Amino acid sequence: MFDLTGKKALVTGATGGIGASIARTLHAAGAEVVISGTRAEKLQDLAAELGERVHVIAANLSDRASVDQLAKEAADAMGGIDILVNNAGITKDTLAMRMKDEDWDSVMQVNLESSFRLIKATMRGMMKSRWGRVVNITSVVGVTGNPGQANYCASKAGMIGMSKALAAELASRGITVNCVAPGFIATPMTDVLTDEQKSAITGGIPSGELGTPEDIATAVLYLASPEAKYVTGQTLHVNGGLAMI
Amino acid sequence: MSDIADKVKKIVVEHLGVDEDKVTENASFIDDLGADSLDTVELVMAFEEEFGIEIPDDAAEKIQTVKDAIDFISANS
Repeated sequence: MFDLTGKKALVTGATGGIGASIARTLHAAGAEVVISGTRAEKLQDLAAELGERVHVIAANLSDRASVDQLAKEAADAMGGIDILVNNAGITKDTLAMRMKDEDWDSVMQVNLESSFRLIKATMRGMMKSRWGRVVNITSVVGVTGNPGQANYCASKAGMIGMSKALAAELASRGITVNCVAPGFIATPMTDVLTDEQKSAITGGIPSGELGTPEDIATAVLYLASPEAKYVTGQTLHVNGGLAMI
Repeated sequence: MSDIADKVKKIVVEHLGVDEDKVTENASFIDDLGADSLDTVELVMAFEEEFGIEIPDDAAEKIQTVKDAIDFISANS
């Protein structure tokens, strides 16, 4: 089940905890992958670990030209893109009273606009081949909201709305567009939290623990698979019961 | 003129996967050739690429038949 042999996948933010796990999982299912991110060394390490069927393309998603270049180079490297995983994301957390224009702009640019540009650049190829999978990594807070993250929550909610519109536009061409919304996931970002902070977080999660990057990657694998062809415009929440939507 | 017409018809045949003899000048993309709204957008983009022109949205909306496309491209390329 969930065989991606012969499929070509682009994963952004592949140096992060979740992105690297997504790249590993799609690769293990047989896909050829382009891994993209800002940290070239980490990308090379991941590429070395994966071995064959992998390409590295560094890109800065806060720059429009760099985003367009990424789409082109990825398609050239693999001879097309069948699966696009928009995983790259940044935070610039602060209460709205203190939020600067550039905090808003950069988060919207990297999280939301670059996703749209990448989808736009890849959809024609998917339309021609009558098959495509777009999986956008959003967040539980895009639905529930979270203080200090007006920019991040807006960008993640924006991804959900965008995905629904694109799902409707592209369904007749065999292309699905879905979101995966992680809750609290154990990554290098959460490693820095103290035990007290962690237990405060897990206390609010019915399953009583943080999720793993693999929990997210497996959800992405399902939505990227041929078997998920009838699922589109949806948001799959992977959060241990933190929010049930 | 006939060169443009031939190229337009070739693009329509390729994109819509229809028989060449159905692509008459008066054929409507949607009513006669089975195109949907996405197909018409794809056709317009293919015309733009092939002929190196830009077809604004308001003009694209009026391109409903093979002849409409040939006329617009002839007048603008």
